[in-house]
Amino acid sequence: MLTDVSPGLFNYWAVIVLMMTGLYVVMAKPNLVKKVLGLMLFQVSVIMLYITLGKVRGGTVPILIDDAPDAVYSNPLPHVLMLTAIVVGLATTALALALVVRIHEEYGTLEEDEIRDIENEVGQREDEASA
Amino acid sequence: MNDLLAWLGEPVVQQLPILLVILPMITAPLCVLVRHRRFAWAIATAVTWCTFVLALALLELVLETGTLSYAVGGWPPPWGIELRVEPVNAWVLFIVSGVSAVVLTAAPRSFNQEVPHGRHYLAYGTFLLCMTGLLGMASAGDAFNVFVFLEISSLSAYALVALGRSRRALTSAFRYLMMGTTGGTFILLGVGLLYAATGTLNLHDLSQRLVGLEDSRTVLVALACIVVGTTIKLALLPLGAWLPNAYTFAPSVVTAFLAATATKVAYYVLVRFVYRVFGTEVAFERLHLDDVLLPLALVSMFLGSVLAIYEPDVKRLLAYSSLAQIGYMVLGLALASSTGLTGGIVHLFNHALMKSGLFLVLACIALRVGGTRLDDFAGLGRCMPWTAGLFVVGGCSLIGVPLTVGFVSKWYLVRAALEQGRGLIAFLILVSSLLSLAYVWKVVETLYFRAGPSPRTIREAPLGLLLPAAFLIVATVYFGIFTEDTVGVAVHAAELLIEGPLPVDSATVVGASP
Repeated sequence: MLTDVSPGLFNYWAVIVLMMTGLYVVMAKPNLVKKVLGLMLFQVSVIMLYITLGKVRGGTVPILIDDAPDAVYSNPLPHVLMLTAIVVGLATTALALALVVRIHEEYGTLEEDEIRDIENEVGQREDEASA
Repeated sequence: MNDLLAWLGEPVVQQLPILLVILPMITAPLCVLVRHRRFAWAIATAVTWCTFVLALALLELVLETGTLSYAVGGWPPPWGIELRVEPVNAWVLFIVSGVSAVVLTAAPRSFNQEVPHGRHYLAYGTFLLCMTGLLGMASAGDAFNVFVFLEISSLSAYALVALGRSRRALTSAFRYLMMGTTGGTFILLGVGLLYAATGTLNLHDLSQRLVGLEDSRTVLVALACIVVGTTIKLALLPLGAWLPNAYTFAPSVVTAFLAATATKVAYYVLVRFVYRVFGTEVAFERLHLDDVLLPLALVSMFLGSVLAIYEPDVKRLLAYSSLAQIGYMVLGLALASSTGLTGGIVHLFNHALMKSGLFLVLACIALRVGGTRLDDFAGLGRCMPWTAGLFVVGGCSLIGVPLTVGFVSKWYLVRAALEQGRGLIAFLILVSSLLSLAYVWKVVETLYFRAGPSPRTIREAPLGLLLPAAFLIVATVYFGIFTEDTVGVAVHAAELLIEGPLPVDSATVVGASP
């Protein structure tokens, strides 16, 4: 079951690949902008999962058709939910990028390790000053 | 107390669940529109106190009539969005709105020093949005809305943390955002898988449809995703790495607010999903959650306390202590008995009170001394007797000295461990209490027994800050002596939760459209 790579499950495999790529980028990349990109990728993968759930093969748009009572409809609910999730993702990305801009103003760099070095240096200087 | 319900009038009482969420939400943009520091504060404070009164009325109503179900927009559940208020979340709503009201009352003095004046009105607006999200998370009866409200509260929490004075507030907020959003997305993923397995999003409906799906891999993965997501949000180690920096560099008032509310509501969401939606059988017999959560809770308790002992900054010390206290709450959940859960829920209320109180005390000290480093505290017991006294009382509560709330929750946790014959866990709870004695004593010793560097001209904190802090700290003693209310609700709630998903919907419908 888990090794089924038939075309029917293609979307789910794509979701898993996107999700893991996103998580990897968030955790492994030291650049803050890349981290934000990874986070977006992670969110998009979940959105894709929902959209795939709502798709019914051969289904049509979910509008009542008078002369075809047996019409198969795609499930509209996941799409509606994802509209909200997209807005949430947009707000998160906007806030994250705003923070990135401010961090760049204050530290002059976006590399996590360089920021850490600056913070440690300043921390030591403060310690010496108070000692 | 029925007077309160009568005074509010039937139309208001019928709409109570939604009013709690709507009121702060529509006030938030109002605060931004007035663009005036004092005016925005006055509006925000008035509204949070109104919300608190409404939460009190809702609590009365729920204790009287039992679970309430409110259909948003008149669309009945499971199709429409439902707000569902039970005794547990009525208490959570009460605590969140109460702490928000007290903290916001104290805000201007501390904001004046720590946040540029031009940004105050934005801070109040964001504060109200965060409160909206938390109240919504606690009352939503629909899995997707839990996620949406979680994101509302989280996004505003990141913005609030970033307001801190030091530039490190920015990197802390960024880290909080990265981890928090990852957690939120995991919850969304879990909810999606649940929807795939059952075709519903309503929490009560979900619990009914999950019966018979105990062995479905989709359901187990969904639970795992939701647990990972909520444990990031409630800051259980190792996923709580965002917490110490976020608490340390956020403005003092924001720390007092977030420490008392954000992690607590996330804990409630976890409890609700584990016990109410999935039920103990799926969570503990199929997925063996207790095997994961119990060790992590113990590690949090010890690592948090040990880090606190060696920490030279008192604000960060209290943040580490929060990690330890979160460990206690999760321990109560993982013991999977009604006594354990009672301990966890009681500790939710108690920790909210004492941590918000202690962080407000720190706000007093930061205001007068300019920092929260332990060295700055030397000899403050003489210059700021009231502030220092409040810290001692709050610290006692943190340790778990009898007659304070901390004792009540630890009593239940120890009892729960002994009931199951797990003497080692009971012993470890006591040892970690000793560790908290060590870090609280370190601060108390500096306050009273270390001489300040020179004759100090530090005055007592202003009443506007001192009174709210005193209010919260006195409450920890009050609820430590008169335990009937908190423990009564917690016992009742824990028994309800242990029963698992209810077979019949016994909720009273309020706010039905005519």
